[in-house]
Amino acid sequence: MKKLICLLLCLVFLLPLLGCHGAINQEPMAEPVAGYDLPDSFDTSRRHEITFWAKNDTNMTQVNIYKQTIADFEALYPNIHVNLKLYTDYSRIYNDVITNISTNTTPNVCITYPDHIATYLTGQDVVVPLDNLFAHEKYGLGGSELLFDGPTQEEIIPKFLEEGKIGGVSYAIPFMRSTEACYINKTYVEKLGYELPETLTWDFIWEVSDAAAKKGADGNYLVNGQKVMIPFIYKSTDNMMIQMLRQQGAGYSTEQGEILLFNDATRQILDTVAQHTASGAFSTFKISSYPANFLNAGQCIFAIDSTAGATWMGSDAPLIDIAESELVEFETVVMPIPQYDPQNPQMISQGPSVCVFNKEDPQAVLASWLFAQYLLTNDVQIAYSQTEGYAPVTSKAQQSEEYQDYLSRSGEDNDFYYSIKIQASRLLLDNTENTFVTPVFNGSASVRNAAGQLIEEVTKGVRRGKTINDDFYDKLYGDIRSLYRLDQLRKTGSQALGPLPGTAIFLLSAIGLTWAGILAYLIAQRLKKRQKMVK
Amino acid sequence: MKKIFALTLAVLMIFSLAACAKKEKKDDGVKVMSYAEYDAAAMDAEVVIECYVQAHQSWWDNKITVYAQDEDGAYFIYEMACSEEDAAKLTKGTKIRVTGVKGEWAGEIEVMDATFEILGGDTWIAEPMDATEMLGTDDLVKNQNKLATFKGLTIEKIEYKNGEPGDDIYVTVSKDGKSYDFCVERYLTAPDTDVYQAFATLKAGDVVDIEGFIYWYNGVNTHIVGVSKSYSKN
Repeated sequence: MKKLICLLLCLVFLLPLLGCHGAINQEPMAEPVAGYDLPDSFDTSRRHEITFWAKNDTNMTQVNIYKQTIADFEALYPNIHVNLKLYTDYSRIYNDVITNISTNTTPNVCITYPDHIATYLTGQDVVVPLDNLFAHEKYGLGGSELLFDGPTQEEIIPKFLEEGKIGGVSYAIPFMRSTEACYINKTYVEKLGYELPETLTWDFIWEVSDAAAKKGADGNYLVNGQKVMIPFIYKSTDNMMIQMLRQQGAGYSTEQGEILLFNDATRQILDTVAQHTASGAFSTFKISSYPANFLNAGQCIFAIDSTAGATWMGSDAPLIDIAESELVEFETVVMPIPQYDPQNPQMISQGPSVCVFNKEDPQAVLASWLFAQYLLTNDVQIAYSQTEGYAPVTSKAQQSEEYQDYLSRSGEDNDFYYSIKIQASRLLLDNTENTFVTPVFNGSASVRNAAGQLIEEVTKGVRRGKTINDDFYDKLYGDIRSLYRLDQLRKTGSQALGPLPGTAIFLLSAIGLTWAGILAYLIAQRLKKRQKMVK
Repeated sequence: MKKIFALTLAVLMIFSLAACAKKEKKDDGVKVMSYAEYDAAAMDAEVVIECYVQAHQSWWDNKITVYAQDEDGAYFIYEMACSEEDAAKLTKGTKIRVTGVKGEWAGEIEVMDATFEILGGDTWIAEPMDATEMLGTDDLVKNQNKLATFKGLTIEKIEYKNGEPGDDIYVTVSKDGKSYDFCVERYLTAPDTDVYQAFATLKAGDVVDIEGFIYWYNGVNTHIVGVSKSYSKN
């Protein structure tokens, strides 16, 4: 009995010690599910109602394509009814999904970003892992039982498909891809005495922007004769920081969830931002408003925004958000974002992906998966990509005669064939191999927000007359870490914990030796007892 | 020993009182701006105002956007830091003190990066001013953010942001041959409100009286809070 108590005490002692190493992982992310098994067949005798939360770019053509897609899909699968809920903002979808996870009322299919899925995965079995679904003989990509001509797995652009993986498991399929582009008022660049280089560089943009910020004696800007001129406006400052760091080979975050954002390169970037904000050369969307509106009013020279915003850019843009009387005529050029190393261009890959949410009824999951896949058919891919400067995510669509014809007709009109829109799509098609994404982990969305907020705060700080120095940065870094709870972000996986420290190895070895000693003692005692009994 | 203990307690008490006194002094030292001072303040300047909540958009992500006014002018307080619990206290007429930075976004003058405290005591609700005759004049922008009525406007176009009810409604109205873009902002007046639903029954050609906050987005873009039909085009 004493021995049993001794043994139990040892175990009780040992377990907490083993737990020590896992202290960083206090809120474990649900273990990634390796696979999800679909039913063998789809039950067409039952009615399935699924919900699809979709995002559009405040673009009615996109809304109508979603509706047409649903109608076409329902014609093929009359027992599936798709309810569409429309959003114009990814963050609102993200917020609503998070709210609905706790009540088990997530949608069935949802447009999303992998960063967001990483957060959804903190719930148990919330998002369906797709690898087994991809490979399913009947209902997988290119499966034998599909009632539509969808792409095979090989026909999805591998780089884009890879972007939906989290911890080696596929949780999303790409729907559309875009990158960022620089929309330029070439007329003003030349008026200032510059010529656009073959590849834009940061140095070039800052130099021209500083030159454009000069005013005349009347207080008007020399380049446009107006009271307003913000030469360089960036729409998504999170992308700005991420791309500037990447182009310099500087740290941002790692696959293991390590946050490297607060480094010397970041501080140098922020110094540059501060310098050109002070000269009046730079501002952001959050501070000043849409780059397109300033560009089209002749009040901006370099507007960096998504290629999916191309239809708003330029004097002849099909979508205009300012009064006609404010429009200024100029030659618009669209180029890849500025680079530090023109020989090695790098730009973000972005755009909507699709995930499927888990439900108790496997047939509902199968119906959802069928619909998600249907979004990859040529009809949907080509039609949707033509609404903005998107690229289809399948080689099947990209290489189709219909899509190639569309690209070849750039500039035929200022609507469907609007040249800036098609050039923006081409920009991505030509640079797919130069695109990158940032590591995805639970909290990566917060790191992204923090990256942008650093630029926003420095820009605001300069405008508000603050001194931008080490003290400012130290406080800013602390505030941003706190605001986005970056210090509380849990690291995932054994790699995130790093190698065991020497003291831990020593302690664990000592425990192991003690155990071995206890066992040896017990065995020896038992043998002694037996020998006594035999005697 | 007893003496040392008593002395320590006394010192601690004095420190506590000193701390309280310092806080009191800080509160007293706040310079609250009149509307005229706020109006005259430069962009990006820090501002402290006291005003009365007239309406707010839905609370989200620990932020709230408030339409506020006092007897001299009106304020648009954009995404003010606010807990959900405090948001419930921002009822119509509540007096608040707001500290933030004056900014401009697409022509809209607003208080950004704001924090607030609720002030007890009096409440005040603005009477809408008739701004009909100001449409198309420079006087309108001088009354930016105020609650106003616009009478006898003809509806030219009603468009749902997503093509169907659920999101913002873009309303184009005309008066004396000029067109103006107004908006039913869903985070201010949600799809289940009377005003949102009223637009489902209106059509081009109808003549309406509109009440709303004189918001600005590259020109007047009143956020509508009330509508009544004065003439129907069948």
